[in-house]
Amino acid sequence: MIIYLDQHAVEVPGGITVAAALAYAGSSASRRSCTGQHRAPFCGMGVCQECRMQIDGQRRLACQTLCRPGMQVERSG
Amino acid sequence: MTTQAIVIGAGIVGAACAAALAQRGAKVLVLDDGRGGATGAGMGHLVAMDDNPAELALTHYSLGLWQGLRAQLPERCAYRGCGTLWLAADEQEMALAMGKQALLAEQGVASEALGTQRLAQLEPMLRAGLAGALKVPGDAIVYAPAAAAWLLQQAAGVTLRPATVQAVQGRQVTLQGGERLAADIVVLANGFGAKALLPALALRPKKGHLLITDRYPGRVSHQLVELGYAASAHHSEGTSVAFNVQARPTGQLLVGSSRQFDTLETRVEPAVLARMLARAVAYLPALAGLNAIRAWTGFRAATPDGLPMLGEHPEQPGLWLALGHEGLGVTTAPGSAQLLCALMFGNAPLIDARPYAPGRFAEGQAA
Amino acid sequence: MNDWVDHCDLLIVGAGPAGLSAAQAAAEAGVAAVVLDDNPRPGGQVWRHGPGFAPPRPARPLLSTLARPPLRYLPGTRIVDAPEPGVLLVEDEQRGWLLRYRQLILCCGARELLLPFPGWTLPGVTGVGALQALVKGGMPLRGERVVVAGSGPLLLASAATARQAGATVVGMFEQAPLSQVRRFALNLWRWPGKAAQAAALARRGYRPGAWVVEALGTDALQAVRVQTNGRVRTLVCDRLACAFGLVANTELASMLGCQLSAGTVAVGAGQRTSVEGVYAAGECTGVGGNELARVEGRIAGLTATGRHAEAAALAGRHRRWQAFARQLQASFELNPAIAQLARPDTLLCRCEDVSVAEVAGHTGWAQAKLHTRCGMGACQGRVCGTAARALFGWGPGNPRAPLVPARVATLGVYGTGGTGDD
Repeated sequence: MIIYLDQHAVEVPGGITVAAALAYAGSSASRRSCTGQHRAPFCGMGVCQECRMQIDGQRRLACQTLCRPGMQVERSG
Repeated sequence: MTTQAIVIGAGIVGAACAAALAQRGAKVLVLDDGRGGATGAGMGHLVAMDDNPAELALTHYSLGLWQGLRAQLPERCAYRGCGTLWLAADEQEMALAMGKQALLAEQGVASEALGTQRLAQLEPMLRAGLAGALKVPGDAIVYAPAAAAWLLQQAAGVTLRPATVQAVQGRQVTLQGGERLAADIVVLANGFGAKALLPALALRPKKGHLLITDRYPGRVSHQLVELGYAASAHHSEGTSVAFNVQARPTGQLLVGSSRQFDTLETRVEPAVLARMLARAVAYLPALAGLNAIRAWTGFRAATPDGLPMLGEHPEQPGLWLALGHEGLGVTTAPGSAQLLCALMFGNAPLIDARPYAPGRFAEGQAA
Repeated sequence: MNDWVDHCDLLIVGAGPAGLSAAQAAAEAGVAAVVLDDNPRPGGQVWRHGPGFAPPRPARPLLSTLARPPLRYLPGTRIVDAPEPGVLLVEDEQRGWLLRYRQLILCCGARELLLPFPGWTLPGVTGVGALQALVKGGMPLRGERVVVAGSGPLLLASAATARQAGATVVGMFEQAPLSQVRRFALNLWRWPGKAAQAAALARRGYRPGAWVVEALGTDALQAVRVQTNGRVRTLVCDRLACAFGLVANTELASMLGCQLSAGTVAVGAGQRTSVEGVYAAGECTGVGGNELARVEGRIAGLTATGRHAEAAALAGRHRRWQAFARQLQASFELNPAIAQLARPDTLLCRCEDVSVAEVAGHTGWAQAKLHTRCGMGACQGRVCGTAARALFGWGPGNPRAPLVPARVATLGVYGTGGTGDD
């Protein structure tokens, strides 16, 4: 299926999480920290908030969100 | 000879008093129980409030002092001269805004009336159709715990000691564990905590809730307050909420406010929080979809007339009070400290001190 | 029922082994239970599954109970607040609402103990169970070089998952000394199904008494420095999975007023907590593996549905797996050196980027928070607060609403939903 990461179309297998999908876009980074460091999914289970992203307009955890066709995902600040 | 002073409370008011005393050459011991008070819990707004002439005089005086500190404040104090927008929902409130503008102008506080469109341009997250706003560009925000810590650090001759005060009598202070301290001047600046030391004080706790969102930079630029805020702030019974949002330098939105009397229950009350948020969403509809990450409560120390008590205790010479700042402790801390010091050292204060005299609430006693 | 309020007799929080076992017991009794979980798929951490990773055999019958009415399963649902006794405020992707219950079984599980070391914030560094979870969620790992480090048997499971996904595990480093790991392995025969773990512990490449002292890289992980027998060497890798065991998730229990004991939810007979009508089972009551969690979940489910004799009959099995839990905890006790890995400039708080040095000068968690912003970010101190407890011995504050980041609209539900004062 196709999802959009920062407005770029990315082809990903069905049934995977948004956290997993990041790797298909070439970089596993999910956000920049408040001092500008790249961060990627870390705890994998909805605790650390490192993978929080804008997903279809809401700030959600990439590791606990399954990809849906056409989903809009943005790395948050 | 060096004046020896003890300041009880290391919140923003205590810190400002300690710094002002040190400036006058005093050696200052600051005692704090580490439990945290309104300084850590509050919003940290620096705002000109005009509900009565004395309130406006003290806030305006203090804002000038904050302006003077601005260049020295380190970044962690998060000072931002964001200004306040007093929001008018309809024409009736717009008339209130114009009245407010006139009052502020009398004290030399600049403000600007904004119409519907201009307001929408400045703050597009606000709901459409508000009548307008009064912009007070001189207002600001600060991170008060950092500002208090900085005030203590930068002053020469100030020592901070973690200690719980058990009793105060004039110039004598007794600590938990029995240790006794004495000084030429004792300043009580520990907010509602003072009530435990001097039960007769005319102080009541006014509980408030606050909530902060995750980081959403660039959504709001000014401090936003509904014009009805003053009405809420001056309720003396029951629970009231009013819309008040700040854009913190982190990009987080800090959402207030609520006021409840005579409870010391620290719990976040879901019903009060919900009411406060409903009010906020009525002004900022898109706030509903943003993530909140933390909510907390705090207690403002309120006097019957809403003005602080600044001056010597009427029955205990040497004991000075800097208490009862309600929701304006951060704004008025520097002015309160300067006024108090002027009285202590026999100088003429720059604003009339009488409205804040601790003895005003009763005949013959400070209660 | 209106849109804002939902009711159930029995609410089970968590769809891992404990929650599913409790749900099965409820289903047998015909009780209309609701199972709520914040993940999009059931199974919790240990039975997590996804594309290419089928659920393990013992999980299948339990997972299938979720589809059987009158049981209702609410995936992707988070608990935001406990506004009054018998009511939880919850939200999913769409909406927030109030969930009323008569009885509650907490099966909130555990999270990993994630401790700071230089480089731990680099992309490519994850927890140990975290790597497993991400891979089972579909993260490709083929051809990557993986280092697994930290503490506990989870290292083995995570390495196995990585291999299954096509990665090469270039090192497995257990901080506990060889003597303790060997003793643990020699005792494993006492518990059914654990012998295979003993074999894995003896596997080549599994190094006890060793730990990662630093992760290296600029924008992403490139190598790790590992200390073994006092010597440090550098190992090139694409991923590091590192965690130091598990920590019980007690936030909700604590908010409900349940007594805690040694960082876990305290339970008595029948898995009862100190709060009437609230039970707790599985790792939130103490870390002990999925077998213990299943027994406890079943006991809680049986007790909540009034089948006390059946619950009592499980006492022997329960005790046996409790003994395993004790063995586990004693064997993988944390070496004090692990708490010293962070350098002064290492970040403690990953949300607010606050260094260990900034925090270290403060007298307690509340002061550190107020003056450094440590713990004020979106994880609400779940990572840095837990680390600060390990590093400085500071206790965290009481959990408040919102229990997890939640939409403002959800927190507004209480006033509008027919509950509350207006």
